[in-house]
Amino acid sequence: MFLQAIAFYLLAATTVVSGLAVITARNPVHSVLFLITAFFSAAGLFVLMGAEFLAMILVVVYVGAVAVLFLFVVMMLDVDFTALRQGFARYLPIGAVVAGVLTVEMIFVAKSVANSGAAANSTGPAANVASVTNAEAIGRVLYTDYVYFFQTAGLVLLVAMIGAIVLTLKHREGVKRQDVGRQTARNTASGMRIVSIKSGEGIDE
Amino acid sequence: MIDWASPLGWTIITVGQIAAVLVWILISLAFLLWGDRKVWAGVMMRKGPNVVGPFGLFQSFADFLKFVLKEIVIPDGADKVVFILAPLISFTLGFGAWAVMPLAPGWVVANINVGILYLFAVSSLGVYGIIMGGWASNSKYPFLGSLRSAAQMVSYEVSIGFVIITVILLSGSLNLQTIVEKQAGGFWNWNVLGGGGLRQLPAALVMFPMMVIFFISALAETNRPPFDLPEAESELVAGYQVEYSSTPYLLFMIGEYANIVLMCGLITVLFFGGWQAPFPTPFLAAWPATAASFFGFMWFFGKIIFFFFLFAMVKAIVPRYRYDQLMRLGWKVFLPTSLVAVVAISAWRVFGPAA
Repeated sequence: MFLQAIAFYLLAATTVVSGLAVITARNPVHSVLFLITAFFSAAGLFVLMGAEFLAMILVVVYVGAVAVLFLFVVMMLDVDFTALRQGFARYLPIGAVVAGVLTVEMIFVAKSVANSGAAANSTGPAANVASVTNAEAIGRVLYTDYVYFFQTAGLVLLVAMIGAIVLTLKHREGVKRQDVGRQTARNTASGMRIVSIKSGEGIDE
Repeated sequence: MIDWASPLGWTIITVGQIAAVLVWILISLAFLLWGDRKVWAGVMMRKGPNVVGPFGLFQSFADFLKFVLKEIVIPDGADKVVFILAPLISFTLGFGAWAVMPLAPGWVVANINVGILYLFAVSSLGVYGIIMGGWASNSKYPFLGSLRSAAQMVSYEVSIGFVIITVILLSGSLNLQTIVEKQAGGFWNWNVLGGGGLRQLPAALVMFPMMVIFFISALAETNRPPFDLPEAESELVAGYQVEYSSTPYLLFMIGEYANIVLMCGLITVLFFGGWQAPFPTPFLAAWPATAASFFGFMWFFGKIIFFFFLFAMVKAIVPRYRYDQLMRLGWKVFLPTSLVAVVAISAWRVFGPAA
């Protein structure tokens, strides 16, 4: 337990400190890097709680994919920081309201989970937590009790993806594109011809 | 006498195991690097490194000393902390991934249940070293190189993920040691041939192409030629490495090679039976446990060397891809193919013969 305690305090302190650094860092790229540190140590906390599958998925999805794209965009931004700070006092009340609502919601969720467990209303086959692995336990809940929510979430993401493609897809005219099939189908007979050019005439084409 | 079950004993044992794996990888890397250069030279009908030591065997150590003794130059406009952090991240991740690699029966530092996800997570983090290095250099070429690499690695991770899912479906486990143990009893039980003798052989129709896709995606994921666009010397000088010199550059290079060998190990574990010999080994039961483990380790190491040789040959033979061709291959060829393969293998597991 001694090692676990050390690991917990180390990871928890890193999460809190880098979370604070995300909003206080002056350089947005540093902010994103601190955000990644926060994600990573949160994954470490998941591992300490025995939720190894969730921890790995957190790293793969958020750190490995989402945050890379964040970083990608933020690095190419040319932000004027003085202009950004000007609206701070004006937007403060709205920000405070949003933060307050989120905090209250999280307290309610945490309370209900602490009182009755995450799968309290489950009617499906109860998984014996001690004997199955993480991935199996999550799969059993996700594909039985919550299968409709799971499918709905998938559809929402699909719509978002199609929306992003529709918004950004542009077909430019007059661009030479490589047609790999046609290129590899080309052979000596179709790709080359021998012309004997008479002096001073050139090719009629 | 130390109590090995106490926190202190556990720490000593784990640190010892980590040190053993680390030293083994570093020493093998030195000679693999030499082999890489020799193969490359051989294809070009050159001699390659042949001066330091017999056959030039100690060339890598000479290079190591050269890099370490040079001065570390940090550009004036660079973001100094991130600039130094980037190669450290590359190096640490390249070696951290080896923690879950099953080297032999019972020889693994951390035998965790989600081993393969851990490997996938760590290899997807590898992009940070490159992207941070390119940005922190505060220079045009490194930045372009790191942007290319971010797009490239994110694209090929997708197909690697789907290929890994097909293997997980066949093995029914996320634990690397279990995946290897399921492939016991001869090469006909390896996942590349369907993972279960003659009865599962039809699955090889899907698994063999998956192995090829994994191999090519591994090339792209580790920025090896023909996909070394982030450091394409004809366009970007040396990409994200332009501003790096001395030890930071060395850390980048060692991290990159550690990742390449890791990918060789991963393809071995996923498709070619890991430390399993290609024939039935009932005689191992009579051997002492350490000797049996060492026997398995030799097979694992041999397979790694074989795949490293293939990596080196690809580097020597195949010309570099153009950027749009790279993206086309990743998104329009590999992604749909591996997605169909996931569906096909799932159907095979449900409707095909029981494993």
